[in-house]
Amino acid sequence: MVACLGCVTLVCAALLGVVYVYTEDAVSAAQQAKSTKAIEAVSPAFDSLCEETEADGRTSYYVARDAEGANIALIVTAESSKGFGGKIKMMVGFLPDGSIYDTSVLEHSETPGLGAKATEEGFKGQFRGFNPFQRKLSVVKDGGDVDAITAATITSRAYCDALQTATDKFNTLSQEVFPKPQQEEEPAAGEENIEEDTRNE
Amino acid sequence: MSKLSLVTKGFVKDNPTFALMLGMCPTLATTTSAVNGMSMGLATAFVLILSNMAISAIARFVPDKVRIPSYIVVIATFVTVLQLLMQAYVPAVYDTLGLFIPLIVVNCIVLGRAEAFANKNSVLDSALDGLGIGLGFTLSLTVIGIVRELLGAGSIFGYKLIAGDGILVFVLAPGAFLVLAYLLVIFRKYILKNE
Repeated sequence: MVACLGCVTLVCAALLGVVYVYTEDAVSAAQQAKSTKAIEAVSPAFDSLCEETEADGRTSYYVARDAEGANIALIVTAESSKGFGGKIKMMVGFLPDGSIYDTSVLEHSETPGLGAKATEEGFKGQFRGFNPFQRKLSVVKDGGDVDAITAATITSRAYCDALQTATDKFNTLSQEVFPKPQQEEEPAAGEENIEEDTRNE
Repeated sequence: MSKLSLVTKGFVKDNPTFALMLGMCPTLATTTSAVNGMSMGLATAFVLILSNMAISAIARFVPDKVRIPSYIVVIATFVTVLQLLMQAYVPAVYDTLGLFIPLIVVNCIVLGRAEAFANKNSVLDSALDGLGIGLGFTLSLTVIGIVRELLGAGSIFGYKLIAGDGILVFVLAPGAFLVLAYLLVIFRKYILKNE
């Protein structure tokens, strides 16, 4: 009895090992392709990509470089737990001046047809070129500059919340990624706006 | 029973969804669109065929006392194989079905066929039984998916047929129960009765 169960598990384990070894490369390639695709969607065309680990040691951010090696965009991931169905995880690409190039939702569990519209052009299109340092990153109902999705204000708020987290990350990282003379005035203006945002939330 | 009828019985007489009423959890949860329903059906069919064959091959050597644990180990192995293959070659489908792939292990169709058919029949017959039941399940899930997608989103297999938003409730959980119930009535009254 024991011998039989032992044999069955042994054969199964061996089979799993073989399949794992054969698919290992393809699995990591597929995951790599997925994250590259997500980055390409939120960043202007780049020549090379550099992955850096954030101060907390767990999450990473990406720096896109052009052919001359200059940094042209900073891509960060951010999440908000204030979504209607739970966590919303997204990827945000920032240009050196702090404006958003594009956003993309990596993971969400919002209601199909309502909150899930956050992944559609109608809502997320408005963030293209949105500068969170000049405009207010909250929905119109809360006095901000973002048009909420009809009947999905909670999702829209969570989206803004995640973008705010991303903006904060940009703010801390921008000094080292984009060490440019114009940078001097930008962070000051940015901080001002962020304080205002937190007061209103 | 002829070899052909082993396969075809899965479509109507032994249809797992509408006649045997097995595997209702993935049936309700993954049929939000035609593609999702079909992918789930094919994934289950893959596991069903392989586990049926393996179990019919080992059934004679496995003592009764460890029968169920052995079968579950075999089924779980094939599900993990499927999971690795999907992650590697169809990552988009894998992301959509997510949790429901590992849950095939506890799908009662798979263990049900192992107990009811595979452990008393030859490897070939078991494979054909797995194929028939698996395709029957795929067909049912695809039909439910088509109806839900058409009513809920106005499209079929992602092709937009009706402009606008559709009747949202059909994409949500209550719509799954409604569509399943009405299709069950139609199937039992008009199709199963004539068999």
